[in-house]
Amino acid sequence: MENMEYGPSVEDASAVRDWLRERATFGHFIAGRFTRPGEVFATTDPATGEELARVTQGSERDVAKAVRAARRAQRGWGMMPGHDRARFLYAIARTIQKRERFLAVLETLDNGKPIRESRDADIPLVVRHFYHHAGWAELAESEFPGHAALGVCGQIIPWNFPLLMLAWKVAPALAAGNTVVLKPAEYTPLTALAFAEICAHVGLPAGVVNIVTGDGATGAALVRAPVDKIAFTGSTGVGREIARAVAGTAKRLTLELGGKSPFVVMEDADLDAAVEGVVDSIWFNQGEVCCAGSRILVAESVAPRFEALLRARMEKLRPGPPLDKSTDIGAIVHPVQKQRILDLLDQAVAAGAELIGGQVGQGCRVAPGYLRNIAPSNPGMVQEIFGPIATLSTFRTPDEAADLANNTRYGLAASVWSESAANATDTAARIRAGVVWINCANVFDAAAPFGGIRDSGYGREGGREGMLDYLAVPAPPAPRDPAPPDIAAAVEDAAAMKGIDRTVKLYIGGAQKRPDGGASYAAQDELIPLGGRKDIRNAVEAAQAGLAKWQALGGHGRAQVLYFLAENLAQRRSEFAGFASPAEVDAAIRRCFFYAGFADKYDGATVAARPGHLTHIRPEPHGVMGLICPGRASLAGFVSLVLPAIAMGNAVVAIPSQERPMAALTLAQVLACSDLPAGVVNIVTGPRDDLGRALAGHDGVSAVWHAGQGAEGLAELQRAAAETLIPVWCPDRQDWTAPEAQGREFMRRASRAKTIWLPYGALPAGTGSAAY
Amino acid sequence: MPRRNPGTDFRPDWFARIAVNTPAAERRAASLPARRSLKREWQAAWLLNAVRCIDLTTLSGDDTPDRVARLCAKARRPLEADHLAAMGIEGLTTGAVCVYPTMVAAAKAALGGTRIPVASVATGFPAGLMPLDLRLAEIRHALDQGADEIDIVISRAHVLQGDWSALYDELRAMRETCGPALMKAILATGELKTLTNVARASHVAMQAGADFIKTSTGKEPVNATLPVSLVMLRAIRDYRDRTGFAVGFKPAGGLRTARDALNWQVLMAEELGRDWLRPDLFRIGASSLLADIERQISHYVTGRYAALHRLAAG
Repeated sequence: MENMEYGPSVEDASAVRDWLRERATFGHFIAGRFTRPGEVFATTDPATGEELARVTQGSERDVAKAVRAARRAQRGWGMMPGHDRARFLYAIARTIQKRERFLAVLETLDNGKPIRESRDADIPLVVRHFYHHAGWAELAESEFPGHAALGVCGQIIPWNFPLLMLAWKVAPALAAGNTVVLKPAEYTPLTALAFAEICAHVGLPAGVVNIVTGDGATGAALVRAPVDKIAFTGSTGVGREIARAVAGTAKRLTLELGGKSPFVVMEDADLDAAVEGVVDSIWFNQGEVCCAGSRILVAESVAPRFEALLRARMEKLRPGPPLDKSTDIGAIVHPVQKQRILDLLDQAVAAGAELIGGQVGQGCRVAPGYLRNIAPSNPGMVQEIFGPIATLSTFRTPDEAADLANNTRYGLAASVWSESAANATDTAARIRAGVVWINCANVFDAAAPFGGIRDSGYGREGGREGMLDYLAVPAPPAPRDPAPPDIAAAVEDAAAMKGIDRTVKLYIGGAQKRPDGGASYAAQDELIPLGGRKDIRNAVEAAQAGLAKWQALGGHGRAQVLYFLAENLAQRRSEFAGFASPAEVDAAIRRCFFYAGFADKYDGATVAARPGHLTHIRPEPHGVMGLICPGRASLAGFVSLVLPAIAMGNAVVAIPSQERPMAALTLAQVLACSDLPAGVVNIVTGPRDDLGRALAGHDGVSAVWHAGQGAEGLAELQRAAAETLIPVWCPDRQDWTAPEAQGREFMRRASRAKTIWLPYGALPAGTGSAAY
Repeated sequence: MPRRNPGTDFRPDWFARIAVNTPAAERRAASLPARRSLKREWQAAWLLNAVRCIDLTTLSGDDTPDRVARLCAKARRPLEADHLAAMGIEGLTTGAVCVYPTMVAAAKAALGGTRIPVASVATGFPAGLMPLDLRLAEIRHALDQGADEIDIVISRAHVLQGDWSALYDELRAMRETCGPALMKAILATGELKTLTNVARASHVAMQAGADFIKTSTGKEPVNATLPVSLVMLRAIRDYRDRTGFAVGFKPAGGLRTARDALNWQVLMAEELGRDWLRPDLFRIGASSLLADIERQISHYVTGRYAALHRLAAG
């Protein structure tokens, strides 16, 4: 009684150990049954090093077999009424719920995370995801009319939240009518295999879910396999490799990659609340959290007190055996990961940072800690540590906080702490990230889209947005443009021309500009400026400069500009004679009206994620977009891409039809007199594929649309975009003057969802606090 | 001479900028019990510790001296002697007995020969809506009857009107009147409603010299809760960081189960440290709690759950 220790309180693992003993060696789960084990490797308990089981290293053949099984199953599964799919997803949800303690213990054994976290965070969220998506399966026909499943999805998941990441991937894919081949991480395959048993137990049709275990080579085989989509969660490096491998194929791709998320503590924050937020962020799951608020930025005026509180709290965290219910910090997933953390900490300290805490323990143990006195260029500040170590630095003013928060290659999540609604919401809006938590951290829900921007990837998981990434509107195949002819040959033709009486220029930053190279090429009987890489660079800079003013106009202001543009187009329709048919000009005017109408109506949503939380999903413009416009319909195609992009608040660099650029260059003159702020639309003519590659290779560009196919040019562009991790969309239309060439889908692709969480409550529970 | 909080001058700058984020406080309070688990002998030790921190309380309109005497008998021997012997524990009593001023004499008589202090509520308990001179006179009466500790109530109106200096002056006067007796300031948090009010009132009470801050009278619609307690503990921590003085904490009303007793102790240990698990800095105002703890202890010792009728009434 005098020392008042907590004493051991170890969760009973006997049921799990029996289960492991009975199986010992696992094959894959393909077409509804476990295959015979092949070449196997061990999976271990990182807390003890003890071998838990052996699993099979998936070969190219195993993957092919699984993909064939998924393909065979997909037709039936996709055609099945949503209600029937919902019954299966509900059965999965219920069965997981009934086995939650078993799954929590198995997860903790394989991963090393504290049982409290697998029991109270991971597994309940897994259940929530299957329930939520049982709902989407039921509602798929009515809520997504005209949409169909993509087909077979290859899914590759990480080791930090093994079963939860499986749920995030499998639940929406199945709800939408896809079948899946999933590869769990090699360190943590066991809960996926237990999940396979649950699929068999509920009678899920064979081949709907296939699990192939293995390492990166198995994942690479899955990426190469004939699937319709790859969904990946993991490191940015591997994400890039996958994007490269997928380039030039018709496979869709969503990537949820690394992060170095800012954790901003404003001067008026509840400091104790913020300190607990750090505990829920970087000291949650041993810091092995892609969206962890790992960069703490604190207002100088409260920094000393905040650090004192942080340090005191850190010392109260209990490292311990993962199965002990009083453990806060468990084991790092694998010795390799531990070494990676330690190497990065060494580099950070060598570069001048001071490490507080972070003691290295026996086995896979690293104590929680933080790096102080750390410069922006320090490797510890730049790179994702993926361990329980934050960085701590200060800012002076709210604008500096936002600048420092955005000073990263990543853009996954952010956490903002302030008791002022004005400050908190402003900072949340300024921070570039897919998820922003105001006065909370690491809050997740199946109804709230999750995903990043920049080097954190693209695509969303959760809610309506997440479903749309597993659905498509089937369209009749459109005739592809042939690849445009070689420019050099065209210039020779131009030399033979006579009587040139008109000068057309590039349109950059609201002004007519000569191309940097000082050269032209011939098209439509004119000498067309031959734009190059440097012109793209200048155009992107001009677009970046124009963004702030354009976005500040708001939807209503932008709509007025677009209406005025329509007015001017109507008045100057004669100038397009010879470059665009009257039908195209009419279509262009209609596009202006359509997107002027939409400019203030493509809204977000407030979703019913968790009681007591305002969960706001806001479509945000990408920023600078690169548009490679169709070769045909040189006016209607051009405006069909440019207008939704700018209506949404983006600034664009557009590459018009290489062979028929005059309509776009004529439009530039109309734009110039339509109150469009300088830099919102920039037009660079020249060799389409070279310019497209330059755009996709520019880090300042946030999204690219490519509508002027020619397969090789697109593949090269996608390879360039694999390096920058810019999402590429290929809108494809039969007829660019038709009503089908406009719509909500264009607005969605011109934006990305940002999820902002705000817990509310003036009074504690039981005191009559209102709930919305 | 026991340690008494000397208080400070009125320092509104220590609390003026406090703004407690309620959802965050609730989240922390909700996660704490899930973060620490106590089993077997460790759980038994923590439950025994809770017993020695209980201010065993009766504050009813139908209290009589005999009823108080029965309560005091329970305070002297809170658990079955067999059970205590089985665990090798001797001399365990509750932390104090807490009664109305008119019952102090009866309690003192019943506790004669023990070191169990008698706490008396005073100052117009529970509402505190009496003229200040009468409230101070009530303190003096309780002290005259032999009370060792005084549980005073604050004027909620001062908090709700933001009149912090009036609150300070009132509490200062009560502190002077209490003299060497231990003073616990009941904030009636269920009527202050917001956690920010609770935090600020806690600071004023400590500045005015309260030795303990206490959540509730037990008569408010909402009494002790973990989020309210969390906020008060953080105020105690801040006051200690500024002055070096450790103020005690007493949750009251709403603690009924052994699980509650464990949760609150975990809160004390995690937020303030183990010093705040001793009766000089931690008391639990409760009446029915003891019976549930006794049942758990009985289970620990005998391996079967006891019915209430088998345990001595309090």
